Amino acid sequence: MSTQQLPEHPDFLWRNPEPKSSYDAVIVGGGGHGLATAYFLAKNHGMTNIAVLEKGWLAGGNMARNTTIIRSNYLWDESAAIYEHSLKLWEILPEELEYDFLFSQRGVMNLAHTLGDVRESMRRVGANKLNGVDAEWLDPEQVKELCPILNISDNIRYPVMGATYQPRAGIAKHDHVAWAFARKCDELGVDIIQNCEVTGFLKDGNRVVGVKTNRGTINTEKVGLCAAGHSSVLAEMAGFRLPIQSHPLQALVSELHEPVHPTVVMSNHVHVYVSQAHKGELVMGAGVDSYNGYGQRGSFHVIEQQMAAAVELFPIFARAHVLRTWGGIVDTTLDASPIVGTTPVENMFVNCGWGTGGFKGTPAAGLTFAHTIATGAPHKLNKPFALERFETGALIDEHGAAAVAH
Amino acid sequence: MLLIPCPNCGPRDETEFHYGGQAHVPYPKDPAALNDREWAELLFYRDNPKGAFAERWVHSTGCRQWFNMLRDTVSYDIQAVYPTGAPRPDSATTTSASPEGAVQ
Repeated sequence: MSTQQLPEHPDFLWRNPEPKSSYDAVIVGGGGHGLATAYFLAKNHGMTNIAVLEKGWLAGGNMARNTTIIRSNYLWDESAAIYEHSLKLWEILPEELEYDFLFSQRGVMNLAHTLGDVRESMRRVGANKLNGVDAEWLDPEQVKELCPILNISDNIRYPVMGATYQPRAGIAKHDHVAWAFARKCDELGVDIIQNCEVTGFLKDGNRVVGVKTNRGTINTEKVGLCAAGHSSVLAEMAGFRLPIQSHPLQALVSELHEPVHPTVVMSNHVHVYVSQAHKGELVMGAGVDSYNGYGQRGSFHVIEQQMAAAVELFPIFARAHVLRTWGGIVDTTLDASPIVGTTPVENMFVNCGWGTGGFKGTPAAGLTFAHTIATGAPHKLNKPFALERFETGALIDEHGAAAVAH
Repeated sequence: MLLIPCPNCGPRDETEFHYGGQAHVPYPKDPAALNDREWAELLFYRDNPKGAFAERWVHSTGCRQWFNMLRDTVSYDIQAVYPTGAPRPDSATTTSASPEGAVQ
């Protein structure tokens, strides 16, 4: 699996047009979610006179910084529905986008290390099954069978007491996903405009009518915000608040190794998540840094704890070396669930709060957000994820299934 | 790793501290009078600025005292440390906790 050749791609997958003076809709943020939204706006709703504005380079934010894990084993009905729909889209998108982004359904394991973990995990397996999400409970021997390099002995501080397992889950090449969406968007007539930073919004009363950028003013009927960690900054420019906090989230890779790790292993309790990329790097993620930060870097002790956990669970990793570490800015909400819907500003829509797990949600975020922007009303999958839930109290607490502590 | 100047113990590693989020969020004077929107603001809405941020920290493994700190959320530079209850040191030059135009 790991030595698979990456597909060749042409030099240019999309045009680099100058911004026009007006569009039917403008998407702010050229990451996975922004591109997916533009794709579904064009494909499902026939809105092709639209632009994606990216302040840096395409997919250079969290889309380039995540650990590429895709799964749908969330606890509550609302989350299971949207993440499972997302997983089903992942399964058909390589063909639909005509681009093999190496979606590898090698399964994801969530380890349990305490009695509390075991109970929570078994409950989640049950809930997943009721929602049609593939899920199994594995005892330590079965864990070892699926992932032989895992240390299941009981002489470590937090022995493995079992795991949940979702066979259809896996990983994909994140940058290829972005390029696949970008190429299709371009074919459908969407303008992808890089190096175009939004500096403000034009409003007529409470209705947004345009976007101010470092490359001039763009008139538009609708604005969709897909800016992840920078969503609060944009919302403040537009005159409303979002209940999110931006934190650094770090990840790292080792040098290339022979295939040793056949699946994806996540541990909430000792806190590390590990897979082996197609090229052979061990890819590991940690928890968020506790403080608010926009610096795309975090503190080293977080990496130290993550490595301690990794080496305890995978003793052979003690010989591996850290090649590269980095951070992204994640937009966390207090219920660890995203916000996809309308805003207090008319014709302005927001997709944010995916926090530590936005990559897996890319297709469903795009599908439902495009529906919301095109029709002005939520798709049934994102209806529960409206901003209003913080007032009604209908929160969707996914701290257990989100798997990254924050 | 941040090097945090505890007002009681001096400069210590970040690992000795716990984060408390935004400072200067007062408990409502008359909680029973709040509507759902105001409760949501109190419970779930916090400032999330890119730049100077007044936040709470507690020196958990030292003096165990809470204090406030003004820190830049991009450079992570610590600009000031001051007691809980004291006004924000740069309050003359910055806006209040609710940005203008915020939904109340």
